[in-house]
Amino acid sequence: MLISMNWISEFTDLKGVDLKELINRFTLSTAEVEDIYEMGKDIKDVVVGKIIEINDHPNSKKLHLVKVDIGTEVVDCVCGAPNVFVGAVVPFAKLGGQVGDLLIQEVKIAGETSKGMCCSEKELGISEDNSGLMILDENLPLGKDIKEIYQIEDTIFEVDNKSLTNRPDLWGHYGIAREISVLTGRPLKPLSLMDTSVYKDLDPIDLKVEEDEKTFRYSCITVNQISVKKSPVNMRIRLTYCGMRPINLLADLTNYLMLELGQPMHAFDHGKVSKIRVKTFSKPVNFLTLDGVERTIDTDTLMICDEKEPVAIAGIMGGELSEITDDTTSVLLESANFDGTSVRKSAVRLGMRTEASARYEKVIDPELTTLAIERFLKLLLEIDPGAKVTSSLTDCYVKKYETIMIRFDKTYVDKYTGIDISSDQIENTLTALGFEVRRDGNDFEVKVPSWRATKDVTIKADIIEEITRIYGYDNFEIKSTMSLLTPIRHDVNREDEYRIKQLLAERFSLHEVHSYIWYESKLNKEIGIVTEPNIRIINSVTAENDTIRSTMIPSLLGFVYKNVDHTPEMGMFEIGRVVEGLKEDGLCNERKKLAIVLASKKLSEKEVYFKVKDIITQVVNTVKNMKPTFSRDDKLKNYNYIHPINNASIYLKGENLGYFSVLNPRVRNKIDKKLNVVYAEIDIENLNKVVAKEISYLEVSKYPGVTIDLSLLTDKEMIYDTIAGYIKEYTCEYLKSFRLVDIFEDEKLLPGKKSVTIRFEFVSMERTLEGQEIQSMVDGLLELLKEKGIELR
Amino acid sequence: MLENLEQLKLKFNHELNLVETRDELEKIRVAFLGKKGLVTEELKNLRNLSGEDKKTAGMQVNKLKNEIEQAIVSYQTVIEEKEYQKEIESAECYDYSIPSENEAGTLHPITIVQRQIEDIFKTMGFIIEDGLEVQTEYNNFEAVNIPKNHPARDMQDTYYLENGQILKTHTSAAQNTIMRKYGAPKPGEPLKVLFPGRCFRNENIDASHENTFFQLEGMMIGDDISISNLIYFMKVLLSEVFKRDVKVRLRPGFFPFVEPGFELDINCAICGGDGCPTCKNSGWLELLPCGMIHPNVLRMGGIDPDRYTGFAFGLGLTRLAMMKYNIKDIRLFNSGNLKQLKQFTN
Repeated sequence: MLISMNWISEFTDLKGVDLKELINRFTLSTAEVEDIYEMGKDIKDVVVGKIIEINDHPNSKKLHLVKVDIGTEVVDCVCGAPNVFVGAVVPFAKLGGQVGDLLIQEVKIAGETSKGMCCSEKELGISEDNSGLMILDENLPLGKDIKEIYQIEDTIFEVDNKSLTNRPDLWGHYGIAREISVLTGRPLKPLSLMDTSVYKDLDPIDLKVEEDEKTFRYSCITVNQISVKKSPVNMRIRLTYCGMRPINLLADLTNYLMLELGQPMHAFDHGKVSKIRVKTFSKPVNFLTLDGVERTIDTDTLMICDEKEPVAIAGIMGGELSEITDDTTSVLLESANFDGTSVRKSAVRLGMRTEASARYEKVIDPELTTLAIERFLKLLLEIDPGAKVTSSLTDCYVKKYETIMIRFDKTYVDKYTGIDISSDQIENTLTALGFEVRRDGNDFEVKVPSWRATKDVTIKADIIEEITRIYGYDNFEIKSTMSLLTPIRHDVNREDEYRIKQLLAERFSLHEVHSYIWYESKLNKEIGIVTEPNIRIINSVTAENDTIRSTMIPSLLGFVYKNVDHTPEMGMFEIGRVVEGLKEDGLCNERKKLAIVLASKKLSEKEVYFKVKDIITQVVNTVKNMKPTFSRDDKLKNYNYIHPINNASIYLKGENLGYFSVLNPRVRNKIDKKLNVVYAEIDIENLNKVVAKEISYLEVSKYPGVTIDLSLLTDKEMIYDTIAGYIKEYTCEYLKSFRLVDIFEDEKLLPGKKSVTIRFEFVSMERTLEGQEIQSMVDGLLELLKEKGIELR
Repeated sequence: MLENLEQLKLKFNHELNLVETRDELEKIRVAFLGKKGLVTEELKNLRNLSGEDKKTAGMQVNKLKNEIEQAIVSYQTVIEEKEYQKEIESAECYDYSIPSENEAGTLHPITIVQRQIEDIFKTMGFIIEDGLEVQTEYNNFEAVNIPKNHPARDMQDTYYLENGQILKTHTSAAQNTIMRKYGAPKPGEPLKVLFPGRCFRNENIDASHENTFFQLEGMMIGDDISISNLIYFMKVLLSEVFKRDVKVRLRPGFFPFVEPGFELDINCAICGGDGCPTCKNSGWLELLPCGMIHPNVLRMGGIDPDRYTGFAFGLGLTRLAMMKYNIKDIRLFNSGNLKQLKQFTN
């Protein structure tokens, strides 16, 4: 919002105030000032001049040679304005003067000498009007500097609208002036108003508020015999400087009042609108707004109507048919207060946020409506003394906000602020802001002024803000808290997450990625991934990505596809969220997962498979000090990207942690036929359920151990876990450990069989084992294995 | 006999001079000192002598034996040295400039920045908490004092799910859960929590807009937490984050979940506060929203606002990572593009 300092100084004295410092204070205490514009500094030596003679220009039909009397002399000047006439009093820029970027010098225009320039309003920067010369009051003294007559020089500052969201009182100059008066410590002058009680005996307007849910207050009055069409220059300058286009007196006055008090007003042509009905329609209606657009109005949108026909969209925009025109001499003036939420929603639905609707959205003070009418009349009658008020002030006050009283004491303020602000200062600040303060020592009871009581200030904490922002946060003494020295809670799971990330990145050279929480359906289709239905987003702007993922694997496979052309050797991981359907209470079953994918063209599929298995084992072992077990089971879902044979579930202490799998060739070939891809998904929460094993140190034997490699002949289908299981059945206190050394397969040498070489270590804590003893242990083991169909090769 | 020993000595020295390898040396050792070696033979011959002669001769033979033994040992060192020399001289010279092939893995830039910030807060006694990404409307809105009809709740910004839940629009969605989890703090032991998280806004993506981004929020609740404390913590923490002595400035700002609410600015690092294009000549950069937790929010979190006060602040983690790494296009973060992401070696 643009704020004029000239306008402000009408309400509070700014003489001798350092404006830059004031604006800085305003930013720190009230709202952010984004920009400061110095207006009129580029207008110099423009004086009142009278055109006393006009001659044709010998070389141009459009240009004229004019003589301008500027009091002290008569100056020759070439003028191209269409509205030039003898006797016209105009702003005249003298030699050496300045108009905007133009420095006035003696020049030849089409061969004729010009020693100055007659100016339009636009050239002076005071309006957009460039249709011709600005015609001044003929009684003005010739030669007088125009800046001494009109408020061309002004400081305009732009306040960030966002920072005014919760301050409905600051959407007009008077409210800003109140803040500034508090910041400068100077008084705020009362508004000059027209007393409307003198019209109380006139007939009221026929007004009915039929929709009282959406209306707080509707005030109106009619005025006839208005003859002045154009607003005074200073008013037009202010409107222009504050971003509004001057139109005609009545429209300008409504805008002026909105900028001054923050109260939107609307002027209907009284000849076309004589009754007011505030209502909604039971069926959608078409309505032509004053911007010339025909709109369909839905049944939730509050409308202002004459007898039957709509004449305005309440709080948003008037209609073209009842608009003020140059012929209008009588007006029905609306000053109303509509429900902010309703106006906002209507404005959003209609796609038309206006200056008025923006103010209603902020929930403005309903006390303003009659005040604005009284101010309007005051200004109108000053400008046009012949105008006649023809109705009483008609006012339907539907809903009044309750008076808000707040009690607090200094202790509360001290505790909240952490500093010592004196009770006197508290009282002074609140009083200056318009609060009625009742104080008993350090106890306060304050009444919130109506302009802050619509939603802004309701509780004690709001009072703290009022006191502290005026005190100034930059004046705060800053202090640490006093608290007991206590150990910080140690979050093992969170640490583990970082350890896993670090392990994957640093030891296994994987890259961490982030992917979206929904399936990217186009991409999935491209690489042939079929996902199961899951809970969906109902309003996504990218409608095709509306299904929340139940697994992260498609996301990562999508990344494999995106990277394969430039980085075929890749490893990626992500710790992210999925939703596995709904829980019993109807809420999403959100899970945290670790997904890993490895792809390679250099390594064989089998190598990649075992690399992934190794990674999983190391991940689990790093955080839990235990190795996971793997098995094939039927719990896996039948996703089309899972390899039906080369997959395995991961278990730890009975918890199912997830699975890993070779990429199904059907999907693989869509990504890249030569790419070997293996992926894994681990449920982090299930992993967290398992308590990590403590380190338990075992004494090492002082005596040498004996290792023996045995090559065992088994059926080809027998997996290592089975063999290991049999070996574990053999109870022998000296068999300390065993591990796989080699698997040898040769269809010719060992048809249907394979040779599995396992290294056994025998050791005793008490003595060196004898050769014979060991032999009998080996024999015992082999005997057991023989029963299981495993022979020594 | 003594001449014989002289000759033996000469013979040994002569033969030793011809030795080049360890094997040849061993042969000489055997030839002189072995079981049937020449010196050994002389020792055997001693039994043919007697008395003073035997004693003298014995001393001489033993002396010779010692001399030969020592000569062999020291010559052995010489030969070993020669052999090492030979191996080294014939070694292949490796090209140290051949690039190492093993490429390091990387963490996501968000993880790196998040971790750094978490570490700073941990040293100040903050607990780190994790929230859900799918939230109830209550947690995301009502519980942080954003009632129905508030503009922030207009449908278009929020992803709504079929079951009425939403994807959280800000980390504040975790406030209520955290307050309820820890309850009212004990006297002198304020609750200090930091909760980073992924947030979602239903909007189209371009270089500066993402629908999925990270925020980080912190709060401190206790029986005497004040605005003065808030300024202190922000100044100290942000100085750590930016690794310089940061100046902070508070301005009034409106956020439903705090009262009073502030916009916090820090002095511009580029110009040091004098004004430059980066800070639009103000000397200050708007960094984060913060404020004293709204009494309604405390109450809904089961904490009595008449006894306890607290402050909260939020920080755009994604924005911070962009600042830190000079990332111009926000789409990098969720792209999975390894050409970009593998630069974040930490």
